[in-house]
Amino acid sequence: MEESNKSARRKFLDKGLKLGFAAALGGIGITKVAQKLSAKPNHSSHDKMELMDTEGNIIEVDSTEVMEITPKTDPDEKYNMREGIPNRKFVMVVDLAKCKNALACQSACNKHHYITGDNAWIKVYNMQESADTAPYWMPVTCQHCDEPACVTVCPVDATFKRRDGLVLIDNERCIGCRFCMAACPYSIRVFNWNEPDQGEIYVNMEAEMSHHKPSPEHAGAPSKMGTVDKCDFCPHAVQNNELPHCVTACPNGVFYFGDKYEDTVTNGQESLRLSKLLEDKAGYRYMEALGTQPSVYYLPPTDRLVDFKDGLENYNEYESVPNPE
Amino acid sequence: MKSREQFIQDLAPKKFTKVEKIWLGLLIVMILAGVVAYADQVRSGLQVTNLNDYALWGIYISNFVFFIATSFVGAATVAILRLTQNSWRTPLVRIAEIISLAAIIMAGITIIIDLGRPDRALYTVIYARFQSPITWDVIIIPTYMVAIFYLLYFPLLPDLAILKKYYSETKPRLSKWYGKLSLNWKGTDKQKRIQQKSIKIIAILVLPLGLILQTIDAWLFSSTYRIGWNSTNFGPYFISGAFVAGVGTLVVTIFLVRKVKGLEEYITDYHFDRMGKFLALACLIYLYFNANEYLMPAYASTVNEEVHLDTLFTGHYSTIFWFVTIGGLVVPIILLMFKKGRSPVAMFWIGVLVVLASWWKRYIIVTPTLLHPYLPIQGVPESWRDYFPSLHEWVITGSNLATALLILTLLVRYLPVVAIQRTIDESKLEHNDQKRES
Repeated sequence: MEESNKSARRKFLDKGLKLGFAAALGGIGITKVAQKLSAKPNHSSHDKMELMDTEGNIIEVDSTEVMEITPKTDPDEKYNMREGIPNRKFVMVVDLAKCKNALACQSACNKHHYITGDNAWIKVYNMQESADTAPYWMPVTCQHCDEPACVTVCPVDATFKRRDGLVLIDNERCIGCRFCMAACPYSIRVFNWNEPDQGEIYVNMEAEMSHHKPSPEHAGAPSKMGTVDKCDFCPHAVQNNELPHCVTACPNGVFYFGDKYEDTVTNGQESLRLSKLLEDKAGYRYMEALGTQPSVYYLPPTDRLVDFKDGLENYNEYESVPNPE
Repeated sequence: MKSREQFIQDLAPKKFTKVEKIWLGLLIVMILAGVVAYADQVRSGLQVTNLNDYALWGIYISNFVFFIATSFVGAATVAILRLTQNSWRTPLVRIAEIISLAAIIMAGITIIIDLGRPDRALYTVIYARFQSPITWDVIIIPTYMVAIFYLLYFPLLPDLAILKKYYSETKPRLSKWYGKLSLNWKGTDKQKRIQQKSIKIIAILVLPLGLILQTIDAWLFSSTYRIGWNSTNFGPYFISGAFVAGVGTLVVTIFLVRKVKGLEEYITDYHFDRMGKFLALACLIYLYFNANEYLMPAYASTVNEEVHLDTLFTGHYSTIFWFVTIGGLVVPIILLMFKKGRSPVAMFWIGVLVVLASWWKRYIIVTPTLLHPYLPIQGVPESWRDYFPSLHEWVITGSNLATALLILTLLVRYLPVVAIQRTIDESKLEHNDQKRES
């Protein structure tokens, strides 16, 4: 038995080796042919160049191997709006212990995104899991999921996921089928049921961002009738190294915004290590079990400095965007 | 035995009667009202509906689902009855195909009416993404439409040739049209062979296409995380529901066509008896899937499911829920068990009940689920916690239904609703059989 096993193994090795040789020879052959086909005069001059590699080591390279690359000069060409800001992964942390429903986040968001509908992009929910547990205030923005259900069901690629973590909507593409709204378990998407009357938005846009065209990155503006809108994580601010409007507006430092790759988040007053913050304060993501992989983390409402009841005077069950008088 | 001429005389399309003209006028008024309402909707946006960010789909979608379901009748009767070689289908299949064609055309139109940007409807083709269930719909609906059209058209060829000849003297213009549409049908063996083969292929194809259509329609809902939609039961649940809606519509239509066109000799009590059993079967299967859909979640439910089921069983939607379940399924099953329940008049009323319940069933599938999201409904106008269609929605939906009925009425007017050639052939066979026996 052992004997036969051994011989089988030997046979296998033998065959394997032969096969390997054959493959290697074939490979060399093919490379040769390819080289001949590319038919460039190969001056194997002995000019060497000293270059620095990405690790910082000096290496020597044959000068014929070096090719000149013309740097891209057009900034618009380099930056792809649908790909996002390179090498970033934006996340948000919401500390429920600090929220007392001041609603400054909401009014700032409504103002800067020129929200004219009846449903705000950010809402502070009055939550209570059961009769025995404490009520708390829970701000909910778009969760910018890494497995976004809305993006999966969109038939025309109007809503899309970027490498930097953002989920945005191209309202020039949206057909208004509202499937994304049905798919979103967080109910954060809003629809422009009528022609949005955004007033001076065009004037403002010209003043503030004269060099930009309307794009999904610019405060979702201008909104279009018959298309879907939602929280966009303020890429227009983030690009200028500013924080999203809800983060800067919050008087209680509830919102932390940052980059997962840098492992840092800040609420404008303090900057913290994301991983440590989540570990220390038992951070979690809302409805993790659905598998949508949100980019928004919540810190549980423990050791609260403020009374829940304080927020009740601001609580308006039926309004999130103030109606013009 | 009747002569060939008599058959043609009986079955050839007849002019509209006075009642039919009034009916036609009514339909056209409804359609025009819908056009006006829709123009307003396009101009001022979907705000003219009572839809909101929570009840984001309403009767446009439930009516779409109803049309899709009804369009299943062609596949169901033709394929199932053909494959099981039930000869009683002969006088029924053409009407079934006509209903299917009208319904699937209107399904395609209704879904565009629901869009916020109908001007971009073509984007679903230009920028199509295959992972979206809507793209699957965009593929399957036209495919099924073409299949149903051929299923109606191929068997029509000999009849069209007959009608060309029949009207050649009295109505030369109409005759010319029939001639063109009959594709030069002469009834040669070669033509018959090609025709039979084509019918066979399309009849076999249409059943899987119909099943796929209903399933994709179900997946539009079950591919979301929503409670009450995200159910593995939804595919067969929709298929069996379509079976009920389709056969119910068929019964009602056949009763009316028979009465108006005076086809009592061709569509007899026997046919109604058979259709009654067919409908009872459909209802029983659907009842079974309803039990799966509601009883098991009720037995072991999460909190969210419990809230959802409570509104159906005892809450806000209980009246409609029990109407569609008891009135639309249980009562028809009981009535159809008796021979008297399968008489034409009884069948007509049962059919009306089933169709009404089928329509409201789609409403009860679409609306309550949307009003129970995971997060509580807060920070929006109080009216957003409920949904009932606005006048615009009713008028537009009414006009969609009227358009389907108009297509149906016109096809019934100009096409022989009972296949002439086939009836002649079958009566000859019967006659020969009798001769041989005697």
